[in-house]
Amino acid sequence: MLDLKRIPLSALIGLFLTALFLFAALFAPWIAPYGNGQIVGDVWGPMSATHLLGTDNLGRDLLSRMIYGARITIFIAVAATALSFILGSVLGFTAAVVGGWIDQTMSRFVDLLMSIPTLIFALVVLSVLPSTLITLILVMGILDATRVYRLARAVAVDINVMDFVEAAKLRGEGRSWIIFREILPNALSPLVAELGLRFIFAVLFLSALSFLGLGVQPPDADWGGMVKENKDGIVFGIPAALIPAGAIALLAISVNLVADWVLNRTSDLKGGRGNG
Amino acid sequence: MGSALILRLIAQRLALGVLLLFAVSVLIFAGTQILPGDVAQSILGQAATPQALENLRRELGLNDPAYIRYFRWLGGVLTGDFGTALSNRRDIAEALGGRLWNTLFLAGCAAVISVPLAILLGLLAVRYRNGIIDKAISGFALASTSLPEFFIGYLLILFFAVELQWFPASSTVFDTMSFGARLQAIALPAITLTLVVLAHMMRMTRAAILNVMQSAYIETAELKGLSAFDIIRRHAMPNAVAPIVNVVMLNLAYLIVGVVVVEVIFVYPGMGQYLVDHVSKRDVPVVQAVGLIFAAVYIGLNMIADIVAILANPRLRHPK
Repeated sequence: MLDLKRIPLSALIGLFLTALFLFAALFAPWIAPYGNGQIVGDVWGPMSATHLLGTDNLGRDLLSRMIYGARITIFIAVAATALSFILGSVLGFTAAVVGGWIDQTMSRFVDLLMSIPTLIFALVVLSVLPSTLITLILVMGILDATRVYRLARAVAVDINVMDFVEAAKLRGEGRSWIIFREILPNALSPLVAELGLRFIFAVLFLSALSFLGLGVQPPDADWGGMVKENKDGIVFGIPAALIPAGAIALLAISVNLVADWVLNRTSDLKGGRGNG
Repeated sequence: MGSALILRLIAQRLALGVLLLFAVSVLIFAGTQILPGDVAQSILGQAATPQALENLRRELGLNDPAYIRYFRWLGGVLTGDFGTALSNRRDIAEALGGRLWNTLFLAGCAAVISVPLAILLGLLAVRYRNGIIDKAISGFALASTSLPEFFIGYLLILFFAVELQWFPASSTVFDTMSFGARLQAIALPAITLTLVVLAHMMRMTRAAILNVMQSAYIETAELKGLSAFDIIRRHAMPNAVAPIVNVVMLNLAYLIVGVVVVEVIFVYPGMGQYLVDHVSKRDVPVVQAVGLIFAAVYIGLNMIADIVAILANPRLRHPK
């Protein structure tokens, strides 16, 4: 069904670049020319044949660090997005189906969480939590789940009054059947359209946290952390920090292009079921 | 009818804002209590003797239950006393004063540039809809919502501070500085913030105006022969004000958050940098205070947006 020629150019570019980043993330140890922490040359060495992107603030090969950085960045962003989707959609569907005080309590709590800027609340919580990968994924995932919750609840409230859901209720199906077998398949396409945007948000959010020194801790580094490591070179005219920063931007733009295309496709199909 | 009703609606909105602020203060306080360890442990470190821990806990009042500590904290905040920082034992309110002013000055400058520019570009995009200007503007919008603040910031530093040397790379400001020197110091961070919020504000302004221009009453006005100017003045403007104000306020709130990263990039002595420094030092009282102030500004701006919308749009005065 998927005709390559009918994909717009912008989406093709997006798909290609996203695939490239994913490839780098998956196969990092095999394609990186040097080790992640291996010191191979001078501090902030220029771009050359042996070090395609030059070396970083400690003399490590920047290209290798970028490739390992892709792995950490994409892994955390994917994990946080997955958590926010599972948590947000299950709770959102439950709120819509069960209704009553459970819905009221959860919705008001989400309103409250969203009335504080996400970055600020994340900083407040991170000031007492240990700096580990798990904490980072949990904090990012839970805070982002508020937005998925709102979308999932709104979609599920609409579906919940449809005839096939009424029929399922009348034949005595339990709540988990209603949620997972009746509502979930029908709510999937608006949620999938949101997926790309939430992923981009997760990448930018993680990068900001790591840039502020509160995300991934050294010696590991995601792209945001690499910007922090190399930022002092900027005033000497050394652009090393711009390479990871640019990679973040490029990843976000590529996923945006793909998400735009998916969004247009699914809205063309009126519900977007079938046709993969 | 009229003014009394409006006053009541505004009073309701204000009361809701105050209520929300209290709820947020509970949440911020609770957010720093989610770990079993306490402040005394983090001051003294893992190697502290139980006796020393106990003494410090008594001194800081940590043996009281959480709700008593919350009300004690809240009472202090309401009287302008934020307590003392753990890391350097200095008064927080004192340290905050100058920084809050610096942050508001930076965000204010960025707002003064970005708001008129965004509305102007939004209008241009509607006027030349689907033309080259519109396409260029939406392409720019896509790119800039994907760019992290530090990419824009360091690019500007590399170009304008290092290559051209027009502006300083780090925005040091101090009290005795003249207004002009201060403006020059914050030029780059203000431009960075402007670029960060501009695209979103522009896109939403465009959508808001477009939405109004496509309504049936605009068409009716055209058909009954009103001039373009009259259509805009009597029909389009009153309806577009509320959504545009909403867009502007939402983005100003975003500006307040974007300021955290931008202040770190440009080493600007504002609230954001103060917050980030003390998060890594695990200085909980400072984090609570700054977090609460950021949240208050954010809630305040959203409240103003709602009130302006009530004033501008008579339809919102009649609850359904």
